[in-house]
Amino acid sequence: MSVFPATAAAKSAGRRAPGSAARPSSRGQRAAYGFIAPLGIGFAIFYFWPMIQTFYFSFTEFGPFGGHTWTGTDNYARVLRDVTVWQALGNTLIYCGIGLLALPLAIVIAALLNRRGLRGVSVYRALYFVPFVTLPVAVGLVWNWLYNGDFGLLNEILGWFGVDRHYWVSDPSTAVFAIGAVMVWSTTGYYLIIFMAGIKSIPQDYYEAAEIDGAGPLRRFFTITLPLLSPTLFFASVICMIQSLQTFDLIYIMMGEKNPAVGDTQSIVGLFYKWAFMENAQGAAAALAFLLMLLIAGLTYLQFRLQRKWVHYG
Amino acid sequence: MADTTETTGARPVHAEAAVPRLSRRRLNTGSLATHLVLSLGALVMVFPFLWQALTALKSLAEVSRVPPTFLPENWNWSSFDQVFTALPFREMLTNSALATAGRTAGQLVFCSLAAYAFARMRFRGRDLLFGLFLSVLMVPSSLLVLPQYDIIQQFGLLNSTPALFLPGMFSAFGTFLLRQAFLALPKELEEAARIDGAGSFRIFWSIMLPLIRPALAALAVITAMTAWNDLLWPLIVNTDPEAMPISAGLTSLKGQYETNYPVMMAGSLIASLPMLLVYVFLQRHFVQSVAFSGSKG
Repeated sequence: MSVFPATAAAKSAGRRAPGSAARPSSRGQRAAYGFIAPLGIGFAIFYFWPMIQTFYFSFTEFGPFGGHTWTGTDNYARVLRDVTVWQALGNTLIYCGIGLLALPLAIVIAALLNRRGLRGVSVYRALYFVPFVTLPVAVGLVWNWLYNGDFGLLNEILGWFGVDRHYWVSDPSTAVFAIGAVMVWSTTGYYLIIFMAGIKSIPQDYYEAAEIDGAGPLRRFFTITLPLLSPTLFFASVICMIQSLQTFDLIYIMMGEKNPAVGDTQSIVGLFYKWAFMENAQGAAAALAFLLMLLIAGLTYLQFRLQRKWVHYG
Repeated sequence: MADTTETTGARPVHAEAAVPRLSRRRLNTGSLATHLVLSLGALVMVFPFLWQALTALKSLAEVSRVPPTFLPENWNWSSFDQVFTALPFREMLTNSALATAGRTAGQLVFCSLAAYAFARMRFRGRDLLFGLFLSVLMVPSSLLVLPQYDIIQQFGLLNSTPALFLPGMFSAFGTFLLRQAFLALPKELEEAARIDGAGSFRIFWSIMLPLIRPALAALAVITAMTAWNDLLWPLIVNTDPEAMPISAGLTSLKGQYETNYPVMMAGSLIASLPMLLVYVFLQRHFVQSVAFSGSKG
């Protein structure tokens, strides 16, 4: 990246910097703490303290007039027994699975855009990125309208090919996928930019050599682009997974409360929001939030373990 | 950011000579096919927004017609007026703008100060503190919002603009991004300034900060976008319509106009337009910040 040239070189140079910096003066130390203090105080108030508190909340029950009663692991037991939690977990994993489809899609587009001599690359890139920049609530409303069962454009277009009208977002069997498709649609441009930056760092000579050896475009994609891009792909898949496990906005706006498919589309964060701020079940909500963090941490760990099998570090 | 394809297009003369003429023609039909696929994809990405605008300009009667009309029969602007009378949309837009500005300014100040110390100064516990700060990246926001709500309430800030941006002013991602930028600067800069008798803050402010301007711009655009698009937190702290940002405002518009799609499209168009305009003008910085977040690994 042009913004951060020679980061690694500067880092190692900083480590062995000789002279006055080797032994920090107490005045220099105080200055450093001064630089960090504003952020540190903010983190302490809004991040570290809340983390501890949520952990405490997850073992308590909120009284109707405030105040907490210690209930031990009751909240966790309740969460694990609750059917809606398992349903939300299933939905969340489906969103995660569908959301990951943005990655192969983005790689293919990035590879197409990497074609030698192709014009208009920056125009394409700009257009593909627009959905990601757009307010998710607005995106949800637009797609609700496209999906509309009576007057939606999607049914109209599918009708040309003889597909029957369908109520995409209120039918429990299609609602999750309808929302998931919008997730893919709105994040593909983001991953496209990440992959384009990754592809750019692959030396062009590899492609030229392969071409002289008679390798076709497909062969070049699978033997050069994909392996050399695998570290980027790994990173993108971690980000994508963490993001889609916390999905909320699109579901919230696309479903509304009267929709018959609400339960079939609710994500874990959606359930958390409902418990914490609408049903006054903060203790259980806190426990749910902790289980979500464990899920995220567990799946991330799993990805790091699996990367040894497929990520190719040149 | 120059595109690779633009530079490589002319470069490999020897490779071109090795490829016979026949396959060069195949290259052209191939590039035509590529354009076809890419344009189709671009259409899928952009058409929903065109449809949004066209719907906003139609009457309710017209959008309830099967088959739908493509262009509006009469260009009908009344939905836009309705949006502003149904809800305090003007206030909501202002709230969003202030929340975005506050969060962005806060991150630029707090993150650049801390990032500078982490990158360029030596002090006891530096790596430990940095690790601790970075751990914030791993925590899902749902783990934080209950106590954060209580804190905002204790400050007496519910339904206020500062409530919207206070927690978001402190960012681990921003600190990490700016630290990388500071690390890339040569060591001699500070030494020369120190010999001239400049203090730490002076060196930070007038020498180092201007040098990482591209990274600051990248952080600014990505923070602004996150702030403008934020939904969960505003829904929690600002329930009063006058204090809501536009994202939360749109959800109440949906509640009021469940089936009036022209009004909802008009509202969502107005709500997303400001960030889209920023994107049009600062596209390069958006691309850079995203590409950077991808090279983190």
